[in-house]
Amino acid sequence: MTTIFGIPLMVLFGQLLLGLINGAFYALLSLGLAVIFGLLKVINFAHGAQYMLGAFAALLGLEYLGLDYWLALLVVPLVVGALGILIERVLLRRIQHIDHLYGLLLTFGLALIFEGTLVNLFGVSGSSYPVPEALAGGFNLGFMFLPTYRAWVLVAALAVCLFTWFMIERTRLGAYLRAGTENPRLMQAFGVNVPLLVTLTYGFGVALAAFAGVLAAPIYPVSPTMGSSLLIVVFAVVVIGGMGSILGAILTGLAMGLIEGLTKVFYPEAANTVIFLVMIMVLMLRPAGLFGKEA
Amino acid sequence: MTIAQPRDAGMASTAPEQLRVTDLHAFYGESHILHGVDFEVRKGELVTLLGRNGAGRTTTLRAIMNMVDRRSGSIVIDGRETLNTPAHHIARLGVGYCPEERGIFASLNVEENLLLPPTVRSGGMSLDDIYAMFPNLYERRHSPGTRLSGGEQQMLAMARILRTGADLLLLDEITEGLAPVIVQALGEVLVKLKARGMTVVLVEQNFRFAAPLADRHYVMEHGRIIDEISAAELPERREHLHAVLGV
Repeated sequence: MTTIFGIPLMVLFGQLLLGLINGAFYALLSLGLAVIFGLLKVINFAHGAQYMLGAFAALLGLEYLGLDYWLALLVVPLVVGALGILIERVLLRRIQHIDHLYGLLLTFGLALIFEGTLVNLFGVSGSSYPVPEALAGGFNLGFMFLPTYRAWVLVAALAVCLFTWFMIERTRLGAYLRAGTENPRLMQAFGVNVPLLVTLTYGFGVALAAFAGVLAAPIYPVSPTMGSSLLIVVFAVVVIGGMGSILGAILTGLAMGLIEGLTKVFYPEAANTVIFLVMIMVLMLRPAGLFGKEA
Repeated sequence: MTIAQPRDAGMASTAPEQLRVTDLHAFYGESHILHGVDFEVRKGELVTLLGRNGAGRTTTLRAIMNMVDRRSGSIVIDGRETLNTPAHHIARLGVGYCPEERGIFASLNVEENLLLPPTVRSGGMSLDDIYAMFPNLYERRHSPGTRLSGGEQQMLAMARILRTGADLLLLDEITEGLAPVIVQALGEVLVKLKARGMTVVLVEQNFRFAAPLADRHYVMEHGRIIDEISAAELPERREHLHAVLGV
């Protein structure tokens, strides 16, 4: 059997693939955080809970409404995104004129409420969501076995990331968003309805998290705490990439997933901490993040 | 309704009012900056707000744009009271605002900056017209907005509100820190805009730049208008004005 540094090639590729898939989730989630932070300046601590809500909505939709996976992929982000819009309109807007740390506290509280409610209703042990039939099975690539669903997750997550990047960097609406991020008051003086832009941006960021949640449902156990454990890593990814950089969030997410995968092969004990080590190094060498603009 | 006072025989004095500010007070947090500002501008006029730093000229423009924390009094734009109008609706009354700090967006290139402000009225200049008026901007249209020189950034900040169809321009310190040759070019732009029938409120420190362009001058001090001088009265009152402005 082929080996590299004494590690079977299959194991290496398997872990790299796992890492890449984790990375795709990091990318999707940190992208949403970056978009929200850019315009609202709020660190959305409810992001993990909103991701979890996405997975749960897909699960409950399947169980009680017969909502199939493909529909869930479309409907759940809309529903959870609408919840985000409600949160922005009813809660975040009221505190936007005071220190943004209050926004952090508020979203943290919301995350606890969402999690706690679902723990009460469903307990902490996770349920599993069936892999959709069309994506069952896998390919034998010769050097490893690639489950079809995982390939789909990678493709879908990257497609949504690229779509978001395109919308923000290449369209007129995106130009409003970028300009609003820099100077919302001036944008409003130009006649742009900035409060509406803020609401839609938050809704979109939340919808991204929910989309990631639906994608995740068939591969990770769906439990009320699935978001909070992931969110800590995602925050580290955002710090490494630099707050507010779209492309940075995507690339850093993928790269950190890969690094985590590699570490699992060569030194498994450090796999859970390696991202934080990278974060510490980046903070020491480039405090604004790899892709962040110097303040 | 205040009855317009008869003025000197300038053409503009018979034109309808485009902007009337009455007893305007403005606040940032607890700071009370404007203490009852009164002035009016007629269609097609170019009016300056002169005064020392801190007199409240920038705040007056920002209050008109609803960019201060709190304001009271009356601001009538084109016959509409706007004191309770949300900030993003002010521009739609045909107001173009060019802030003191220019407000060029670093994450947008020159052309994106130009195309950014939404069109508020028909009759704005086309992109081609604008590039004809500001050839430098055409050459640098793909550069990030903040890579331009100070003068070019100022041109860009003015150019982008000309596209929107705004016919009331609020321009804040557009010559500040710019080389004389650029200041002269800006003066030529203002003459062209006036010829197009635009109404301009110019906050200016550079009195020599403003004097030959303006129809009337308002002098501000301590958050109030303390004097009004027409272009015709200017020669005899120049000494007095210099004393007030401390130039």
